[in-house]
Amino acid sequence: MSTTTSHALPSGAQPAPRSSILVATSAVAAAGTMLMFGMLAMWFKFRDASPLRESAGGKMIHDWLPSDIKIPEVITNTMAFTMVIACVMAQWAVYSTRRNDSSHSTLALAITSVIGIAAINAQVAVYLQMNMGLTDGAYQTMFYAVTGTMLALLVTGVVFSIVAMFRAVAGRLGDSSVMSAHALYWYFLTAVFVALWFVVYVQK
Amino acid sequence: MNTVNSTATAGHASTSSALGTVANWITTTDHKKIGRLFVGASALWMLVIVGVGVALGIERIASDSAIFNLNSVTQLFAMLRTGTTFGVLLPLALGFGIAVVPTQVGSKSLSFARLAMFGFYAWLIASGLVIGSIIANGGPGGGNPQMVDLYLMGVGVGVVGAIAASVSLVTTVLTSRRTGLSLLEIPMFSWSVFVSAISLVLTLPVLLGSLIYVAVDHHYARLAFGGNKGIDMWLGWGFSQPQTFLYVIPAIGLLAELAPIAARIRQPLRGAMLVGVGIVSTAMFGTVTQTSHVFVWSGSLIDKLKSAIPYAWFNLLPILGVVIVILLSLLAIQKGKKRLIAPLVPTFLGVGMILVGMAGNALQMIDSAKLSGSVFEEAAVTYIAYGAMLCAWGAIAYFGPALWGRKIPDISVIGIGALGLFATVLAAFPYYLAKDQVGGEVSDFDYSGPQAVFNTAVSLGHALMLFCLLSAIAISIKSLSSGETVSATVWSDQ
Repeated sequence: MSTTTSHALPSGAQPAPRSSILVATSAVAAAGTMLMFGMLAMWFKFRDASPLRESAGGKMIHDWLPSDIKIPEVITNTMAFTMVIACVMAQWAVYSTRRNDSSHSTLALAITSVIGIAAINAQVAVYLQMNMGLTDGAYQTMFYAVTGTMLALLVTGVVFSIVAMFRAVAGRLGDSSVMSAHALYWYFLTAVFVALWFVVYVQK
Repeated sequence: MNTVNSTATAGHASTSSALGTVANWITTTDHKKIGRLFVGASALWMLVIVGVGVALGIERIASDSAIFNLNSVTQLFAMLRTGTTFGVLLPLALGFGIAVVPTQVGSKSLSFARLAMFGFYAWLIASGLVIGSIIANGGPGGGNPQMVDLYLMGVGVGVVGAIAASVSLVTTVLTSRRTGLSLLEIPMFSWSVFVSAISLVLTLPVLLGSLIYVAVDHHYARLAFGGNKGIDMWLGWGFSQPQTFLYVIPAIGLLAELAPIAARIRQPLRGAMLVGVGIVSTAMFGTVTQTSHVFVWSGSLIDKLKSAIPYAWFNLLPILGVVIVILLSLLAIQKGKKRLIAPLVPTFLGVGMILVGMAGNALQMIDSAKLSGSVFEEAAVTYIAYGAMLCAWGAIAYFGPALWGRKIPDISVIGIGALGLFATVLAAFPYYLAKDQVGGEVSDFDYSGPQAVFNTAVSLGHALMLFCLLSAIAISIKSLSSGETVSATVWSDQ
């Protein structure tokens, strides 16, 4: 057995770290972007395939959004705005970490987490206000599927923020790439949410 | 008394040692072990799909040769289709990548090894769910709604696992190379795994998105996606061409790596070789459109171009990539010292079979050829899957010395490779000729003519592949424990 081991190819020297967490987060963000954009593409496909009808304003529109469903625009617009603020907070955490400022890093990450929780809360409020059943029609099923997936991604973002915050509280600020990865993840979340907001809530 | 005690102690030690070994394997973060777990588990899937291939072939020989209930046939085809891509091609690509890439790029370990291990477990659990659900009348077209839901969940969990393992591989190549090793200087196999992993990171989430829609719709409403009948329509692209091209990129990269080693020269036109492997990944752009790109030569010039450009891009460009790799490999062999190393044989033959499968797919996508819906498509998938399995045999023979320090006898490698080629041709080529036979059916087609001969030949081909597979598994296991001990650099030293 020892002979076997001695003949196996030896591992090389450990290379210098090159921001593995940042690169992995980039790959996850790319995958997440493809996930959400793929789902939005499917949404377009179904919307374009729906029959045409005359709107209240006299225009011919696709009969996709059922006429009895009202989208709570104030909440959804606030969500989009809030997500942008989360990015600013996440970037503030990077800025503070690079200056070894633990208290401001912690504060920035705490605010990011709270904003994430607020966004989740807002999404739940959207569901409650729209008050539609998942089985009521194709629109409803797809609406819950696409926004539910976004909600799951938001939950992972909040978990990431909380983990990063505990690192900051513990003073582990030596490796700023974790904070950069965290900020990148929130940029990704915001970008896909804005795309979803425009397609699902604005264009309808 | 002493004897009894010592025996008991020895037995206890042996038990705890065995338990320790098992615990070590199931909790490992060693990339070589994770990779071998992927490859080993995929071998079980190989047995399943080859066995199903034999059964379906026998079922088709004559209209009255019914082994299975007619309702089970849908499940058998679902098993074949899902198993070929999800159970065999995907884990083979990931498994060999995980086992070999860190060593090739000079890293001690895999980046986020636990993420890769999570990927393996997710895929393994998903495999169990998929097999169980299909057996219990689930899967595409299945009659048991709960089992169809379970199938969709299984595929979803497996896709998440594959994405996790791919992220780990991409990160390893990008961040853990030894100092001074640029991305374009990494070995060809690692390059091909890198290209394949990036393609998977970008395409599998699209499949996951469709899967979420289909699963939610199937479980709750069955309004938009056609229930159990709609699964193939909305998700089928993830289990057919050109998506399968992305899974076999490492097989093509293996040939690119082996040829210059056999010829003992530096690869001539290495840059072109890198591009050749990269071109195969153009199939990725076809898969994210979630539809087949059929070539229809009719209408105005603009209509013809609208049909020809995506067809050529997604179906012909990947073929060009494989042709470039094969030609450059032959150039290396022609320019260098002409010698044969055993792993090159199954690898070369396997890539040849993959190329035949890709060409068949391109032909099938021509509307006027009228091949769509016939067994021609099954033949193309068989060529690609069995070609990849031949390459996997070449990979085991080639990487064995580096992974476990032992060598598989050359005669076994070449023998099984040659027999595997024969089995592949026998299992697939008759269906290239039997274009009048309907695909996905076992009885509703015209039995006049040579259909019985074709179906018998296909069954024999699958049976022969089953023999090759069992032999390869037995020889690999023997090599692990008692094979010839060799140096890790045995192939370049020879």
